[in-house]
Amino acid sequence: MSARYLVRRLIQVPPAVGAILAVAFLLIHAAPGDPVLALAGEHGDAAYYSEMRARFGLDRSVPEQFAVFAANLVRFDLGTSYVHGRPAIDVISERIPSTLLLTGSAFALSTGIGIALGLFAASRVRRAGDLAVSLASLSLQATPSFWLAQLAILALGLAAGWFPIGGMTSARSSATGLAAALDVVHHLVLPAAVLAATELAVVARLMRTGLLDELAQDYIRTARAKGLSELQVLTRHALRRALIPVVTVVGSRVGHLLAGAVIVEAVFGWPGVGRLLLSSVQTRDTPIVLGIFLLIATTVILANLATDLVYARLDPRIRHG
Amino acid sequence: MGAGIAVLVVALAALADVLAPGSPFAPVGPPLSPPTTTHLLGTDDLGRDLLAGIVHGIRTSAIVAAGVAVIALPLGLAVGAAAGARPSRLDDVLMRFTEIWQVLPRFFLAVMVIALFGPGLDRIVIVLGLTSWPVLARIVRAELLSVREREFVEAARATGSSELRIVWRQMVPHALPAAVAYVAILLAQVILVESSLSFLGLGDSNQMSLGYLAGQAQRFLRVAWWLWLFPGAALIAMVLALNLLADAVNDRIRRAQ
Repeated sequence: MSARYLVRRLIQVPPAVGAILAVAFLLIHAAPGDPVLALAGEHGDAAYYSEMRARFGLDRSVPEQFAVFAANLVRFDLGTSYVHGRPAIDVISERIPSTLLLTGSAFALSTGIGIALGLFAASRVRRAGDLAVSLASLSLQATPSFWLAQLAILALGLAAGWFPIGGMTSARSSATGLAAALDVVHHLVLPAAVLAATELAVVARLMRTGLLDELAQDYIRTARAKGLSELQVLTRHALRRALIPVVTVVGSRVGHLLAGAVIVEAVFGWPGVGRLLLSSVQTRDTPIVLGIFLLIATTVILANLATDLVYARLDPRIRHG
Repeated sequence: MGAGIAVLVVALAALADVLAPGSPFAPVGPPLSPPTTTHLLGTDDLGRDLLAGIVHGIRTSAIVAAGVAVIALPLGLAVGAAAGARPSRLDDVLMRFTEIWQVLPRFFLAVMVIALFGPGLDRIVIVLGLTSWPVLARIVRAELLSVREREFVEAARATGSSELRIVWRQMVPHALPAAVAYVAILLAQVILVESSLSFLGLGDSNQMSLGYLAGQAQRFLRVAWWLWLFPGAALIAMVLALNLLADAVNDRIRRAQ
């Protein structure tokens, strides 16, 4: 990867963050009523509103307001959540680990199983196994995650009774250490599997087409002529190049996973950022809604950046100049 | 098959008021009745007919999809055509702008708009429409790049046609199949986003929605399987149809090449 590409890619980040801030600012000012209500929610008292007015410079001119707004948010100063009575950023930060656990597990699961399924399908093109994987991918891609979540609750939670259907820990559990960790994992299985299932299809389909494209190349014929087994050809030669398309969608998958997490958290009562977002929309606690929006948007921008950089490293054919 | 289901959905949406007259929110039968001959798909806890709810919910999905297409198609075509017509400074500017716009997280933007402006179908359509054009613009641009040096375009230039006419009559039609394939996938995504928002209770409470029905089913998972099964099945059928349609169009494009 050339230094020039790195610099060119890095300087795209500030305008993207600026655009997100501008969109948020415009929305707050376009919302009906006093901007302080849009910024601070509807549950405050006079002292709280004057504090928020001062913090965001709402008595100044509009360009100055945007400058103050941007400066506050870049420093993660979102003001105080009136509902929680604490700085909004603290309330949000507390929820990040559980959402990270959920989305991280789902990401790992869907990537691992997706690659395996893609390999499996490509190794038996147009035979029963391949068709089954294609059919399953198509159906999973069309299935709303809330419906799948409810199916999982019905089948694996209620009927089979294998997994708890809500929350992150057992109520009144006094377990510590390893037992507590296992309890969390037990609660994690269903939500993570549901979230992973909706992502799985994308990876499996990309992997399959990627492998089939590579298998048609000359260097694969050479490898076969050397007498390598079909499995060796697949895993040692084709896999590396076929992984490139899978890497390129990581950025967009992060955004998709985070949106899916809101739904999965709602259905399974998982105490993460998604549930906080929903309850904050209901209580009109805007500092938190705004904070979560910016957190997610920044995460997506950084995930796209990381994806592009990894991609540039992986594929020497791409000339960046 | 994809096209068949798509036609069926449009027909159901258009005939919603004939097939299921009256408000889908009105109680018409006993509460939590399983499917019977009078209520083919059963009723919910308030005695509302599930079939009527689903027909009207499909109509809401179709309205959202149509609205988003009406906003995103012209924007995507215009930006893509302006950027891809010829090498220019405008191309660079438009593509940088498109890239920035593309990373806006659609679902969370919609949630924030609902938080600030209150729920409503109109704002959902506008947010989804305004966040849906960037990929389309990039597809149209890429297609135009591949044809702008071809003979038929050169021939049109030689006959002295205006640049705008060449782009519109010669180049854009070439980009349409790829654009249609993408729009089918896009509308499938949009239908899922709307139903997700309604499922979470962030939808328009005056419009019946498949997501709202699925959300209501949550409390009755143990006792009323039909409330869970049918709204989701309707959604899956619609989304699957659009995805199959996109696959079919893409296959055609590949074979034509």
